[in-house]
Amino acid sequence: MNTDRVEKKILLRAPRKRVWKALTDSAEFEKWFGVKFDAPFKPGASMRGELVGTAVDAEVAKMQKQYAGKPFEMTVETMEPERLFSLRWHPNAIEPGVDYSSEPTTLVEFVLEEAPGGVLLTVTESGFDKIPLARRAKAFTANDNGWSIVVKLIEKYLAQEGHGK
Amino acid sequence: MGTAKTSAAIFAALGDETRLLLVSRLCDGRPMSIARLTSGTDITRQAVTKHLRVLQDAGLVRSRRRGRESVWRLEQRCLADARHYLEIISEQWDDALGRLRKFVEE
Repeated sequence: MNTDRVEKKILLRAPRKRVWKALTDSAEFEKWFGVKFDAPFKPGASMRGELVGTAVDAEVAKMQKQYAGKPFEMTVETMEPERLFSLRWHPNAIEPGVDYSSEPTTLVEFVLEEAPGGVLLTVTESGFDKIPLARRAKAFTANDNGWSIVVKLIEKYLAQEGHGK
Repeated sequence: MGTAKTSAAIFAALGDETRLLLVSRLCDGRPMSIARLTSGTDITRQAVTKHLRVLQDAGLVRSRRRGRESVWRLEQRCLADARHYLEIISEQWDDALGRLRKFVEE
């Protein structure tokens, strides 16, 4: 069974140009995604931003508030106008005090296609199999099961000098 | 791994530096031979076998024959967690794309 990638399709009833702008104009991206960047997106650009919360959903914004001000980094890979926007980031990198920079990234691709009544947007995020299992398990350690104990112990262990590599 | 009893067994199994090392090496998900598991360490073959058995009894690892040697891997449950992780990511995308739709359609 697949543990490496997620694929999502959504039909957006809006012009293709509009969707492209919402994805690739960093000021627009901020409004729906909830991360603020100081510079425009460009192919190859390393972007440093911070979580600010989405502007389009009050409830989600409230939930995102606990992470407000948290740095968010990603690298823009490809920008083929109105067709493909891709980037790399560290998935779910929300744990305070953790340096994710040495861990593998996932590849996020937004593909736009013409569809009756709008734009068919396909989003894929892939490369999860390269993310350490312990890190993945961390995403739901709120469920206090045995595995969360394992994860905590391993992290503690790896944090001790000399055990990381 | 839901009950307090199994959690305690896991906790006990991992209350040992060598066993923590073994589990952390298996954490990248690939099955490993004993030789690979202990490469760069001075753990004896006899000791590692004993440690792996403790981990197996706690439900953390399992082994399988591959030719003349045994290969060890993390218990399936841990891989189930990897799939669960994708479900979480998938839900996060549903939310994000719902917001994108609201943003571009209004």
